[in-house]
Amino acid sequence: MDVSQYLEVFIEEAKEHLQALNEHLLILEKEPENENTINEIFRAAHSLKGMAGTMGYKRMQRLTHDMENVFQEIRSGKMKVRPELTDCLFEGLDALQEYVDNIINTQDEGTNDNQSLIDALARELDIGLNGEAAVSEKAPVEPQKEAAPDTDTHQEKAVNAVNYAEYEKTAISAAIASGMSAYEVYVDLQESCLLKAARAYLVFKAVEEFGEIIKSVPDAQMIEDEKFDFSFVVVVLTNADPDALRKRVLNVSEVKEVTVKKVEFAETTPAADTEKETKPDEAVANTSESAPAQSTAKPAQQAPAKAAGQQTAKKAVVNRSVRVDIEKLDDLMNLVSELIIAKNGLASISGDDFAKKEKRTIYNEQIEYLERITSNIHQSVMKVRMVPIESVVNRFPRMIRDLSKKLDKPMELVMSGEETELDRTVIDEIGDPLMHILRNSADHGLESAEKRRALGKPETGLITLNAFQEGNSVIIECSDDGGGIDTEKVRRKAIEKGTITEEQAETMTEKDFIDLLFKPSFSTAEQVSDVSGRGVGLDVVKSKIESLSGTVECKTVLGQGTTFTIRLPLTLAIIQSLMVTIGEEKYAIPLGSIDTIEDIPVEEVKRVEKKEVINLRGSVIPLIRMAEVLDVPGERPEKNTVTMVVVAKGDKKAGLVVDDLIGQLEIVIKSIGKYINNSKMISGATVLGDGEVALILDANALV
Amino acid sequence: MADTADFTNNAELKQYIGVMINNEQYGIDIGFVDNIVRMQRITRVPKSQPYFPGVINLRGEIIPVMSLRRKFGLEDDVITNKTRILILKPEPQASIGFLVDEVKEVLTLSDSDIDHVSNPDDKTSYVTGVGKHVKGLISIMNVPAVLTEKEAVNP
Repeated sequence: MDVSQYLEVFIEEAKEHLQALNEHLLILEKEPENENTINEIFRAAHSLKGMAGTMGYKRMQRLTHDMENVFQEIRSGKMKVRPELTDCLFEGLDALQEYVDNIINTQDEGTNDNQSLIDALARELDIGLNGEAAVSEKAPVEPQKEAAPDTDTHQEKAVNAVNYAEYEKTAISAAIASGMSAYEVYVDLQESCLLKAARAYLVFKAVEEFGEIIKSVPDAQMIEDEKFDFSFVVVVLTNADPDALRKRVLNVSEVKEVTVKKVEFAETTPAADTEKETKPDEAVANTSESAPAQSTAKPAQQAPAKAAGQQTAKKAVVNRSVRVDIEKLDDLMNLVSELIIAKNGLASISGDDFAKKEKRTIYNEQIEYLERITSNIHQSVMKVRMVPIESVVNRFPRMIRDLSKKLDKPMELVMSGEETELDRTVIDEIGDPLMHILRNSADHGLESAEKRRALGKPETGLITLNAFQEGNSVIIECSDDGGGIDTEKVRRKAIEKGTITEEQAETMTEKDFIDLLFKPSFSTAEQVSDVSGRGVGLDVVKSKIESLSGTVECKTVLGQGTTFTIRLPLTLAIIQSLMVTIGEEKYAIPLGSIDTIEDIPVEEVKRVEKKEVINLRGSVIPLIRMAEVLDVPGERPEKNTVTMVVVAKGDKKAGLVVDDLIGQLEIVIKSIGKYINNSKMISGATVLGDGEVALILDANALV
Repeated sequence: MADTADFTNNAELKQYIGVMINNEQYGIDIGFVDNIVRMQRITRVPKSQPYFPGVINLRGEIIPVMSLRRKFGLEDDVITNKTRILILKPEPQASIGFLVDEVKEVLTLSDSDIDHVSNPDDKTSYVTGVGKHVKGLISIMNVPAVLTEKEAVNP
């Protein structure tokens, strides 16, 4: 069976489970007795193990399995959650994440066995159990304790004997405990047998009459494919008489010889090469689900091997996908069917059934109808592309926990507005900048516990991450209650580094100093740590966010904390814009950046330091003559008033002087191509209704 | 049989689109060419390189158009009925239009018909060689060199 078609599903779900594990483990760390949480963890770990097994990722399966053992002991109350244990488990999650990352990139889990981690888990298990050994029942624990060494053998395809995996042993011992017996049925077929698989199938059927088949050697898949010589072994759980069993199997024609042996764990019996095949055993909840997963493990294993040749050629095997709520898709489908109706409506007008005047009204109606549908379709498609920001930020609590341990500062992350939705393309890119800012807050922002105590602040530092929608943009605020940015320090550092001169520093405002932080290779950290302080942080953050047509601002109060505000456009592909003319040319200004539109009498335009400014309701804003900035050809006619589009970038405003306004238009943003020099003022182009190209002005670059 | 003979020679035979720029014929490797369209309205892009008159809309795709006359330092284009935009696709995701005076014909030249004047990897010369054919001489255009921006050094 080829499992590569399930790869995407596997990766999606593995990520989800890992995330759930991370989240719940964080809770468990705080509330070691929380039963719901441990149940959740157990469930997630268990599904992950099953999935990894199905896909043939043995190393991943093994590690999950060992972690699951630990979770099971915690769940059954035999073990207590200790800090060392959670550390160990978190490390385990990281290792699993690594496997998943490898799978995403190469379709293969990689070769890291994480043996030390597995040993550490076994040790933790040992400590945890022996601490309470007196209370715990010995018997069911037994197979669990063997877990680590046992899985070792089942990983290097053991030969000869019917090898039992740990869970198979558990199943068998459970069956024996409930009064049944396990038998190995050795079947030899006659050499003249032509349809071996069919015979084997009949044998399986016969054996199943007596009890449950938990395993066969070779596995069922291989037997089905006739990949065996003339003998195979079936392991069955039954309370029937072994002789009756033997006779029944012998009754199947073309069977030469049958030997039935009782299973005891110590024994080893020669047989063909081995691989497991088990049937679910209800008696042992733990193993029941993982068993079918196991059955497909072998072929799955072969698939990556086959693909290995091509792997070097193709990178990032997995397509990016979005999970879409089925309701959103239904909406879309409805709209598309409406679109077809509208098209038919239009088509029918071209017939001769209507008078000319009538035609016009129907035509107009249909056009309006069409307009409504297209804008609805646009909204629906946009909704489909929207992903809650949760998918990015939900890894941060874990990161802050690790940072807290590493930096030895108690801190807490409070998040809100995780449900705020953003375009998928933005979501993919925003993770790193946010992480940078959070690390900054944790490392530079928050003071050490002693210092905080001395300052009379609560010892635990608080970092908040708040996301919300505001108009056509999404705002992500990240603040800490730490020391804030010392602008004096920034000033000294900037002068020392030669970024600015003393004279420049004289005229700079506090805000200007803070802006310096966003300059490349500028760090005020006295010490470079491996967390941050290398000065590659904020400028990267800024350029990344600007590449998403967003902005980032920083506000700080010395001694009280710092807030970074990231503003991102809701969508990237389609925007509302104001169409304006400058000379003969048409330009689009994104509505999101427009503050107001003003008609100002020429007399009100003042000059300050050779720059034109205007006093608009108390605030002085600079005028930008777009015709000059854009080198628009032709003479400007003298006019009595100036038409000005006031655009805002954060707190800064500017008035763009245009010749005329056309109106509001929904436009599709397109790139103007690779070869032509793209000035920062032009963020792209769009095609208008008549096929003409209009350029889109980037207000951010102009202000 | 004649067909098969043609095929065997194909390795050395290359097709070129013959275009006129300032009364001189240039050959552009047909492998680069995606489309030839009539002159249409060009939207000026402010602050772009001077040899880019602007961008056009080709079936919803925005394509920058380069004036070969301006790029070669010749007199500016005079738009006539014969003016064409040659759409090239040097890379799968990036198209560019070349504004030319006229598109003449498709020429098939063998390697031996071409006198190489410069190395094709040499990004400093716009012409890799001169081809001889029945109607005269034709300059073989070095498309990658034309696309490279050496002017960028001192704008």
